[in-house]
Amino acid sequence: MKLMVDEENRAVTDVSEALPAAEAAPGAADSSPKMRARGVNVWYGEKQAIKEVSIDVRPEHVTAFIGPSGCGKSTFLRTLNRMNDTIPSARVTGEIELDGEDIYSSGMDVVQLRARVGMVFQKPNPFPKSIYENVAYGPRIHGLATGRQELDAIVERSLKRAGLWEEVRDRLTESGTALSGGQQQRLCIARAIAVDPEVILMDEPCSALDPIATAKIEELIHELRGRYAIVIVTHNMQQAARVSQRTAFFHLGELLEYGETSEIFTNPKVERTKDYITGRYG
Amino acid sequence: MTDVPARAPTDWGSSEMTGRIARRYAAERRFRWIGLGAILLSAGFLALLLFTMVSNGARGFTRTEVRLDVDFAKAALFLDPATVRASGDKAALAGSDLQNVVSKAAEARYGPKGARLFADTAWLEVLDAIESDPSILTRTATLWLPASTGVDIAAKRASDAEAERTYEGLRAGNAVRTRFNSGFLTSADATDPAAVGVWGAFKGSLLTMLVTIAIAFPIGVLSAIYLEEYAPRNRWTDLIEVSINNLAAVPSIIFGLLGLAVFLNVMHMPRSAPIVGGLTLALMTMPVIVIAGRNAIKSVPPSIRDAALGVGASRIQVVWHHVLPLALPGILTGTIIGMARALGETAPLLMIGMRAFIATPPGGIADPATVLPVQIFLWSDEVSRGFVEKTSAAIIVLLVFLMAMNGVAIYLRNKFERRW
Repeated sequence: MKLMVDEENRAVTDVSEALPAAEAAPGAADSSPKMRARGVNVWYGEKQAIKEVSIDVRPEHVTAFIGPSGCGKSTFLRTLNRMNDTIPSARVTGEIELDGEDIYSSGMDVVQLRARVGMVFQKPNPFPKSIYENVAYGPRIHGLATGRQELDAIVERSLKRAGLWEEVRDRLTESGTALSGGQQQRLCIARAIAVDPEVILMDEPCSALDPIATAKIEELIHELRGRYAIVIVTHNMQQAARVSQRTAFFHLGELLEYGETSEIFTNPKVERTKDYITGRYG
Repeated sequence: MTDVPARAPTDWGSSEMTGRIARRYAAERRFRWIGLGAILLSAGFLALLLFTMVSNGARGFTRTEVRLDVDFAKAALFLDPATVRASGDKAALAGSDLQNVVSKAAEARYGPKGARLFADTAWLEVLDAIESDPSILTRTATLWLPASTGVDIAAKRASDAEAERTYEGLRAGNAVRTRFNSGFLTSADATDPAAVGVWGAFKGSLLTMLVTIAIAFPIGVLSAIYLEEYAPRNRWTDLIEVSINNLAAVPSIIFGLLGLAVFLNVMHMPRSAPIVGGLTLALMTMPVIVIAGRNAIKSVPPSIRDAALGVGASRIQVVWHHVLPLALPGILTGTIIGMARALGETAPLLMIGMRAFIATPPGGIADPATVLPVQIFLWSDEVSRGFVEKTSAAIIVLLVFLMAMNGVAIYLRNKFERRW
């Protein structure tokens, strides 16, 4: 689908071009987006869940999607690695590119796409297998390791990056489901980064966790930022402000505002955003 | 804000309240007693069934033996012990008139009706005795030979006066004993109740079940996977779902007719063979496995599928690596139920000819055979009174078979069950 810019509504959606110098994050000089969405619409049957969303996801940045419940943040997130394909009634139009390559084109292999665009879910969902197997599963099915030693190294590195290694190094054979909620979520993050993705999508990764586990995950997101492009959906305003460099505000399936997190939180340009952030709405 | 009238404070101690509480407790107690009663009633019925079966059937596993001294030297068999020992001279042994030797010896010992004390097949045991120790041919040997059905019944329960008298006479002379009947577990059907065995039917059942599970399990599980994981939701899949549910409720004899029409009349498969019985029962078992499999697959949390898809697993990898292992315990439970039903099934097998009298155990799935429930049905129909205990004994064998099968399935299920 061609990019159709409705000037009134969309003038603010693509402010990334307008604010090139204000980046605080490392790697800001790289102005080519990692993922680029143009005029994306999603329907569930007759109901339109996402309306004409255009957004750029920058590499080595954390992008937060905020907005009231049912506004389509998660739906949009799931279009970025085609997880909506599993819902029979879902239909996606528009263009989404990963490194300039259309991910909905017939040439794109969805299995490879999901390896390149990893995902962490709202509820920690480790496989009912050992901790080791949880992390090794992705590299194994994609053939990323040639031998046991290499696989061991990948598992160790992934668990270290996810900040879980010290806690589980002596019990890698125990079931992943025996860990605490926060540890399970970090295990899921380790599982996602074990296949060396370029983008990590996180769908409210802390909503089922206590504050301490949440703080650990946020810390982890900070550390991962330099390596991956991270997109995080969150209901927690403070979290969005803490972890992200850029924030997108969704409302009723539309992207109302997108820009620097500091800008969105201190000086929102759209009235609705201001109402939502200040807690008067949503 | 004050337009709602203030409510009078609730009096928790009022008689109305205490009465309500008392009624609530009474209802709870009543329900508990009724539930307990239901459990006790069903347990009682089960105990009664097992007690009747075991007390009747235990006697089916034993046989009565009568003592007989045979003087082989006098019997003029013209058999040389050395030859028999060296060559196992079976032809000479079988050709010799052992039947006559037995009846002669019996008449000499127990009077003119003596031959009637022994089973028709008693001479076979004499043959076995000679084979195992040819030296007895030169002397008088004491053998315990199977009693005739009349004596056997008299030994086991109330019989007619004459048989009772004969039995009492034998017992007084210490000429009768009761032993475990190993032949019942190793031989096949026979016309003489003293010689029947359950091995033929057991093996038939085993082969039939193997065919059934080999056909029904893979097809059932693959259908369930396809319907749950791949098939689009539309009118066709709805139709298939309704059809499968209906198929599971179809009376089993209809499947027998189907087997008769398709496997025998169209495909010309061998009559009375375990292959046909197994195919027919597989048709019957498949819908049960499909339904159980679909439910088990449905109960695998979608978050596991998401997790696997999220790291880039293909659909078939999601199914084989995650969904199927987690659904397997549930699928196995369904399979147990289906197989147990198939094992106890009689009607459809009667339709495809598995009720024939077959005196040799089947050697393979294409040989004529019968199965345990059909064997029980046939024996229960026999007029000869010696079959009563045999029927109960066969029922015990069937129940043990069933329990063993369920035990294996439960073991497998527990092995594959994962804790969350």
